[in-house]
Amino acid sequence: MTSASPPLLSIEHLTKAYPGVVANSNVSFAIQPGEVHALLGENGAGKSTLVKMIYGLVKPDSGAMHLMGEPYAPHEPSEARRRGVAMVFQHFSLFEALDVAENITLGMEDPPKRRDLAERIRTVSHEYGLPLDPSRLIGELSAGERQRVEIIRCLLQNPKLLIMDEPTSVLTPQEVDILFTTLRTLSSEGTAILYISHKLEEIRALCDAATVLRLGKVVGECTPRESTAREMAELMVGGSLHTPERAPGAEPGDVLVEMKNLSLPSPTQFGTSLKDVSLQVRSGEVMGIGGVAGNGQDELLSVISGEAPVAPGHLFVDGEDIGPLGPEARRRLGVLTAPEERLGHAAAPDMSLVENAALTAITREKLAKNGFLDWGATRSFAERIIQSFDVRTPNADVAARALSGGNLQKFVIGREVLQKPRVLVVNQPTWGVDAAAAASIRQALLDLAQGGSAVIVISQDLDEIMEVADRFAALNGGKLSAPRLTQGLTIDEIGLMLGGAHDMEKAHAAE
Amino acid sequence: MIRLEKRPTPSKMWTYLTPIVAVLLTMIAGGLMFAALGKNPVEAIRTIFYDPLFNEQFAAYSRPQLLVKAAPLILIAIGLSLGFRAGVWNIGAEGQYIIGAVVGGGVGLAFYPSGSPLIFPLMIVAGGIGGWAWAMIPGLLRVWFNTSEILVSLLLVYVAEQILASMSLGLMRNPEGGGFPGSRNFQQWDAVANVELIPGTGMHWGVVAAFLAVIGAYVLLAKHVLGYQIRLTGAAPRAARFAGVSPSRLILTCMGISGALAGLAGLFELTGPAGQISIDFNSGYGFTAIIVAFLGRLHPVGILLAGLLMALTYIGGELAQFMLSVPAAAIQAFQGMLLFFLLAVDVLTNYRIRLARTDTKTGAA
Amino acid sequence: MAGISLELLLAALMVAATPILLAAIGETVVEKSGVLNLGVEGMMITGAICGFAVAVETGSPTLGFLGAALGGAVLSLIFAFLTQVLLSNQVATGLALTLFGLGFSALIGQSYAGVKPPPTGDIDFGPLSDIPFIGPVVFSHDIMVYVGILATAAVWAFLRYTRAGLILKAVGESHDAAHALGYKVVRIRILAIAFGGAMAGLGGAYISLVRVPQWTEGMTAGAGWIALALVVFGAWKPWRVLIGAWLFGGITVLQLNLQAAGIAVPVELLSMSPYLVTILVLVIMSADKRRAALNAPASLGRVFHATS
Repeated sequence: MTSASPPLLSIEHLTKAYPGVVANSNVSFAIQPGEVHALLGENGAGKSTLVKMIYGLVKPDSGAMHLMGEPYAPHEPSEARRRGVAMVFQHFSLFEALDVAENITLGMEDPPKRRDLAERIRTVSHEYGLPLDPSRLIGELSAGERQRVEIIRCLLQNPKLLIMDEPTSVLTPQEVDILFTTLRTLSSEGTAILYISHKLEEIRALCDAATVLRLGKVVGECTPRESTAREMAELMVGGSLHTPERAPGAEPGDVLVEMKNLSLPSPTQFGTSLKDVSLQVRSGEVMGIGGVAGNGQDELLSVISGEAPVAPGHLFVDGEDIGPLGPEARRRLGVLTAPEERLGHAAAPDMSLVENAALTAITREKLAKNGFLDWGATRSFAERIIQSFDVRTPNADVAARALSGGNLQKFVIGREVLQKPRVLVVNQPTWGVDAAAAASIRQALLDLAQGGSAVIVISQDLDEIMEVADRFAALNGGKLSAPRLTQGLTIDEIGLMLGGAHDMEKAHAAE
Repeated sequence: MIRLEKRPTPSKMWTYLTPIVAVLLTMIAGGLMFAALGKNPVEAIRTIFYDPLFNEQFAAYSRPQLLVKAAPLILIAIGLSLGFRAGVWNIGAEGQYIIGAVVGGGVGLAFYPSGSPLIFPLMIVAGGIGGWAWAMIPGLLRVWFNTSEILVSLLLVYVAEQILASMSLGLMRNPEGGGFPGSRNFQQWDAVANVELIPGTGMHWGVVAAFLAVIGAYVLLAKHVLGYQIRLTGAAPRAARFAGVSPSRLILTCMGISGALAGLAGLFELTGPAGQISIDFNSGYGFTAIIVAFLGRLHPVGILLAGLLMALTYIGGELAQFMLSVPAAAIQAFQGMLLFFLLAVDVLTNYRIRLARTDTKTGAA
Repeated sequence: MAGISLELLLAALMVAATPILLAAIGETVVEKSGVLNLGVEGMMITGAICGFAVAVETGSPTLGFLGAALGGAVLSLIFAFLTQVLLSNQVATGLALTLFGLGFSALIGQSYAGVKPPPTGDIDFGPLSDIPFIGPVVFSHDIMVYVGILATAAVWAFLRYTRAGLILKAVGESHDAAHALGYKVVRIRILAIAFGGAMAGLGGAYISLVRVPQWTEGMTAGAGWIALALVVFGAWKPWRVLIGAWLFGGITVLQLNLQAAGIAVPVELLSMSPYLVTILVLVIMSADKRRAALNAPASLGRVFHATS
């Protein structure tokens, strides 16, 4: 019967179009029971849309699906869950002000009584090496722990197919190992896993089969263990990749940025407080700051940008105490930043690119005279950004929200780089950006350092940091580790700097 | 099923069209309302929108009234629109209007019966400061304690009404008024009377102030850094903070400007059309101005037009009341409806409406 | 304070608190679902006239209250349609609701000025109402006073113990996450808004049918805004909202009594005291940012548009 038994899920000719973009075009593949199947593709390749169709959040325009031989066209997620399909989201579907048990209840079809559920959460989470306390508020949990909540929520329903959307982007390397152990256990118990990622080494380590998407189409299938990362990358990107070039061995100059025992209490209920952060960055140097999401990255950026001023004596640029200064005063001194969230933080979604160009550049580009804006000069600055950074847009008058993530990110980084900063701090500079744009952004950062600026790259993507940074420090729970040279640093060492497996030592040791 | 699809860029065309569509829809719905009241809908709509301007019998009286009624609406709405754009919701302009009149009038009365030409300007300044100070209460409470400026500014309207009552019955009561409530009549005091500047037009100092406010707001929003900051804060508050805008300063600025303009409107009304501080001095301009601000799409020129239109509904409403005995409340409901329709069709600016096919099921396998 | 009896004061307090309690409990549910409806005043005044008109026409206060609930709910559905389907700004739409409600009620109410509504009787608790002090204070009211307290208990239990309540809170906390899990955000919010409208309608009718009892234009006189403030005061918790309503009712009754007693304080100062106290209480509650943020629904007032 083995060869005749139908696949767990077969996807046949799925197509889904949005205005102006075909997200999925004639996509077909199949997942076998117990298989770990990778869905591989760049940002914008259509992975998310495909997964949403499988989970019942989006209806396909055409095509069909079969689950265990039966026609499968879920109208809503609850139907998908009833049929045995569960999903762990990339952006968590969790409620911060509710506790773990309540969150899990909300994602279940017929949840047991609260007391029984709490007991089951404890048992199952320990069984799979992902311990959880059912009564804790989600807002108090780390990113890794939140993901555990999502996974446990799925596991309690004994799914036949578990969908995981970029699960490792919020985990330390050690936590990734534990997750993989859990996933292998599940797979050996017969649960199939659809694993979405763009991280090739992970896929090679974990997956039995892979389907590669590019621009909404299936461009190839492979067995990851038998392919090289390079082959898969070229399949995914559709060409060979340009790796940013680093000029060899330029000696870093004088100390430009200095933080001395800098602390910042969290302004929000569930935020992270910065604790006693000290760091020196020299001119001509790229400092990489790694860490799992929610460990103080936003807070660190806001301290340097001036959105969260600090008391005198903790933050210096070129020897000048800038702690109490606001964003504009800091820009005057050449301290520029680019926050992680493009829409709504680095740029105003509903305003045009011209207006967005003025957002941080009024002072340094002299776009205002006597308090009145010079729109002509602002427009030419916007056009200069668009041209130098190859921002794909019909013109400078379109709203920022109309640009794709990668293009808007190029605009945001370009806006800061063209102002010739002495210090540039970027948070997640290539998050959600396609490979070609990511490469050009990284090149721009390296060039800037080459020209004598101090560059701080805050990123959760360790590969990115290894690629551009001279030194590396890790943020963990609002504390910054001592920096180390990136050359010769191993992934395991980095993982330990990031905090290892948060609170998991016991569970790990118990195995 | 109707489905909304976000436009990549807001539609320019619909930005201009929505107010017009809203007015037309309101005329239709209002016509139905008048029909339900047993009036001829066509006649009612004509009496409200056409007769005040073009009917020979009424136009001579009505046309000047247009500016008289529009001026306070425009003046207040311009101030409110700055705040609304920045996400600062001052909805207590009615209170600031009252306090502006009370403070300005009080300063004037202190000099009665002097004939000095300085008194009127002094009263104007005092009126502006009065409105500004009253708006600073919710502004400062918001900045210091994060208290909702919406609720505080609104609750202060009721407090202002009590102050108004107290003033007209007590401190500011006309000593020669035979014991009746209400202050001296400012129109009968030549030094401060806010008279018609060009006979037959209704143009008084308040109208001049309203036009200046329109021009000022236009320049502010289009060219000035502060205007840019206001728009940025409304569009993306976090991006504004990142750009270096101080939220507290912006809240106080917006509250202050809107309060001062409302106070000025109150003062010009007091020394002009109203004449005296009395218990029923305020007539809802502060609330109607909210409609005007939205109908004008928070744009100065739009507000100018919307203010004139809304003034027309006031005058036409009075006319309809007089000619067709349409109740005054019908006009108020009519104005409320206008805001509903405006908010409803506004969706077209940012979204496209699609008729979703009912069967998006899988095609042939 | 001679001449003011504590017993009568407390009994009157229960009555004075009822309209704003009903409206505030309704608004608590609305805000817990993540929607800020500033049209409470408009829905209350609409309820006041709908209830009044129905009661007068049918002679039945019970039908009057039902009509008021219906009137408030229908008006709130306009708000629901605009904000949930057409994605309009909630603040502006709430204001529109209030402005329209005031005009609309005045329009309907024209023929009802000066009319006396049928009386709403007190519930007969038998010997319970003869208990000294407790009887007059607790057991001598009309049914709506108890409906208000029961509604408080019901909403508390709903939010705390039921799955539907949990879903409502989840939608108010993060509509995106709730949508991702497959909950019908818009439908849930529309239901919550309609409930809030019905409760505000009841509150309004209580003013026109019991508290005053007659119809005058704009007779809610800011009660809807005070109800909104009570929700903040109560930190979105039903029992605390009840305490806030009693506190506010107490101040209202006390100042009326003081006015009647002819105390040497200006009448206007006494009349404005409920509003000033409300502002003061709002300031105190919001000054503690962490506590204010703890219970405030995180999605409150944000527009939800499912992108997928």
